[in-house]
Amino acid sequence: MKQFFIFVKKECLHIWRDRRTLFILIWMPIVQIILYGFALTNEVKNSKIAIFDQSKDDATREISNKIAASRYFNLVKNVYSYNDIEATFKQGKIRLAVVFPKNFRDDLLHTNHAQIQLIADASDPNTANTLTNYAAAIINDYQQSLNNNEKLPYTINTQLRMLYNPELKGAYNFVPGVMALVLMLVCAMMTSIAIVREKELGTMEVILVSPLRPFLIIIAKTIPYLLVSVLNIACILLLSVYVLDVPITGNLGLLIGESILFTITSLSIGILISNGAKTQQTAMFTSMMSLFLPTLLFSGFLFPVENMPLPLQIISNIVPAKWYYIIVKSVMIKGLGFTAVWKETLILIGMTLVLLFVSIRNFKIRLA
Amino acid sequence: MRALKFLLQKELRQIFRDPSIFFILFIMPMIQLIILPLAADYEIKNINLGVVDHDHSEYSQKLINKIVSSGYFRLRDYSATFPQGLHAIELDKTDLILEIPAQFERILVKENEATLFVAANSINGVKAGLGSAYIQGIIQDFNQDVRMQWIQLPRLSPQPTIEVTSSNWYNENMNYKVFMVPGILVMLVTMIGSSFASNNIVREKEIGTIEQINVSPLKKTQFILGKLIPFWMLALSVLTVGLLIARIIYGIVPLGHYLTIYVFAAIYLLAILGLGLLMSTYAQTQQQSMLVSFFVTMIFNLLSGLYTPIESMPQWAQIITKLNPVSYFIEVMRMVVLKGSGLVDIKYHILALLGFAVFFNTWAILNYKKRSG
Amino acid sequence: MISNEKVITADKLTKKFGPFVAVDQISFEVNKGEIFGFLGANGAGKTTAMRMLCGLSLPTSGTATVAGFDVYKENELIKRNIGYMSQKFSLYEDLTIRENIRFYAGIYGLSDQRIKEKTNLLLKQLSLEGKEKTLVRELPLGWKQKLAFSIAIVHDPAIVFLDEPTGGVDPITRREFWSLIYEASEKGITIFVTTHYMDEAEYCNRVSIMVDGRIDALDSPANLMKNFSADSMDGVFLQLARKAVRNE
Repeated sequence: MKQFFIFVKKECLHIWRDRRTLFILIWMPIVQIILYGFALTNEVKNSKIAIFDQSKDDATREISNKIAASRYFNLVKNVYSYNDIEATFKQGKIRLAVVFPKNFRDDLLHTNHAQIQLIADASDPNTANTLTNYAAAIINDYQQSLNNNEKLPYTINTQLRMLYNPELKGAYNFVPGVMALVLMLVCAMMTSIAIVREKELGTMEVILVSPLRPFLIIIAKTIPYLLVSVLNIACILLLSVYVLDVPITGNLGLLIGESILFTITSLSIGILISNGAKTQQTAMFTSMMSLFLPTLLFSGFLFPVENMPLPLQIISNIVPAKWYYIIVKSVMIKGLGFTAVWKETLILIGMTLVLLFVSIRNFKIRLA
Repeated sequence: MRALKFLLQKELRQIFRDPSIFFILFIMPMIQLIILPLAADYEIKNINLGVVDHDHSEYSQKLINKIVSSGYFRLRDYSATFPQGLHAIELDKTDLILEIPAQFERILVKENEATLFVAANSINGVKAGLGSAYIQGIIQDFNQDVRMQWIQLPRLSPQPTIEVTSSNWYNENMNYKVFMVPGILVMLVTMIGSSFASNNIVREKEIGTIEQINVSPLKKTQFILGKLIPFWMLALSVLTVGLLIARIIYGIVPLGHYLTIYVFAAIYLLAILGLGLLMSTYAQTQQQSMLVSFFVTMIFNLLSGLYTPIESMPQWAQIITKLNPVSYFIEVMRMVVLKGSGLVDIKYHILALLGFAVFFNTWAILNYKKRSG
Repeated sequence: MISNEKVITADKLTKKFGPFVAVDQISFEVNKGEIFGFLGANGAGKTTAMRMLCGLSLPTSGTATVAGFDVYKENELIKRNIGYMSQKFSLYEDLTIRENIRFYAGIYGLSDQRIKEKTNLLLKQLSLEGKEKTLVRELPLGWKQKLAFSIAIVHDPAIVFLDEPTGGVDPITRREFWSLIYEASEKGITIFVTTHYMDEAEYCNRVSIMVDGRIDALDSPANLMKNFSADSMDGVFLQLARKAVRNE
């Protein structure tokens, strides 16, 4: 056992000495959490718009003011022709144009009917939809005020409740995803590179002839990365609770336990990759291709899995991060207990056992 | 400049001698470009609906039918009580619950007003926002239908109504892929360009051949150019492959000119490769350079407007996007492909990128030291 | 072939890394056409001194000229006139023999015609004819080293710096390597070589021995053996190296 700890100490020293790498490993999750938490949001606000007012009367002015005053829109330009709108769109200066036809107010007063045209830059369909909805709602408000807020007969009201995340913060979705991503990156990618580097430098041979069993050597190699990832999880959780205001509604112990399980899964993938790779660059690219991208794509945190074509949905099931993401979402955000996630946990345990078995067996073959 | 010729010859030979290069440069981007847009579909459709109907009237049934036939929703759960409906949300079986209270129809007739309850799983804020907006829209339509049926209104309403018509320019079919594919292509070209360039110099450091170059009369500028030009050409070929895939598989034909894209890409790559070279002058091992370029490109990609609109970002993040070459290219790519913008429309983008190119490359040349202190 | 013209002069040349003095005020001169051996234990400062002369490392103090050029200001001019073979193997393993020759000759500005002539000459000299399309990776170490040396002097420099060129090479190849060095020397190229092998030291015209960053002895091998009353360079070296405080 003493020999084992000497190995662990050596591995820790390796990481400790390479300050640049350590620096990035520690900062990566922090930067990600901050970016995802604050900078990346689909929430629409201050969208740049232009107004093409062919009527220029009290009514159009009032509606224009209402739209410009809303927090969703930022009036950047008055345009005077459709060509003008086209040109402004082409320069990427606006996302939406509001067009009032001639004699807007007169029509509204005399025929009780007038039109407003909303032209959206639908390059980004979701944003276009949202903007059109918001603008239409503002116009609708104005119309209601004209009618002196008189109630229409037979009105169906809708009462809306947003569950788990009433402010619709992006962070609720991203925090679990970033956890999966970071653990995958630190554990699997860094472990595989570290092991392959010893192969490249030839120091692996020396270690393999030592009396320690190969299995323990590998375990020793992974322990420092396990420590780094525990540190990462702690950072992410602290940041999410105290900076992003995303509370941990479920059981903290359960959350940490599941995270350690996923860490072990990732570590075994790292060992598996290192078995096959001969150079650091190969290990890096294999990890990128087989771990990082699938985690990003198929865990469900960035892109909804249910929208994908069936073959991709099936593939997503073999990505461990997907199950971990579901677990974290259930435990951390929804506050559910173990009974809700036992199935996912079992799947992760199964995957881990298979991966460990395959990677350790391959490792022994290599030695022979 | 004769020396440059020999440098280029050597780099290109080395690049193409590596058997994995073809795979990394062409096959991998192709796979990504085929899989990513299929996966990266933000379009909100197929929202899983759960219904708790306490009313069981003709009208509640009509409403449910109307919602399901809209195409946005799939009826996945029919529960007797709200807690049961909530359980379906907990299991991720449904995204949204519609609760129709008992005697809904009767209350609507009697009291002239009735209330429906909608609860959405809002962990994914966008989905919850759009989903509830859709369902509210459908309910309003339904409301209108009911009124039309129940009261024989005079056709011309006595109250002023404003009709809002909307048109969607540039992407009439609201096809999400047309929006994502050009952006993803930019991301790919960026990742390949910067990580390859930076790894390349660090490798020469690790194997020691850089000493041999340093002791030769080769000028720093020549050396940097010798590294820059081959990867510049490679990245442009990846772009070409990508544009072909976009055209053949997704049927995306830029409204604007291909030439505009290439002119901009040419300048853009100078900037990105310059950044890669700059990183390599600081890194000592390949592991470091890979990790650093990974870290930097990650930040660039997240803050590029590829996934979320730049206007929605807070002020500080918007400032960073101004310093991020990737955001310029993604914007330009979308402008040219979707809106047909020309060189005149993107003149400021070009100037900004020229600035980046000069800045990064100058820094890289200054920081590359043939002689240690 | 040795003339009195000085091609390398160093006066109190010093290199410090923080508080550590790697090279401590060394002074010496090398004549044109000489084979100058630069000896010392590991960590004595040989490589650092050589890197300063080649313009790869900036001296902390002292003066030096190489081929008549100042190491501080005219380091780029020095580079036109020297060849260098570093401790680390420095050819591109994924290029062929011909491609390596072509590349290095090219960046030293040789004309296409010259490159062709040189390539053929070099292949003949190393009896590698017919193998020019072999990847350097596939050559045995000894061949690689000989090729690296030939490439280091492909542009006919005034001086060539060799940093432990025969490390890890078998005795026969070492002898072949030294015959290449003699050939170059006969053409008037000054050879500046560091080595661990004392038998090689005896091939040199003059030898300097560095201990702890200083030059403790500098003379022809015969004189050194006489002065230290030793019967081989080994003996001389051991007497000097024993005084070393630094060890690594």
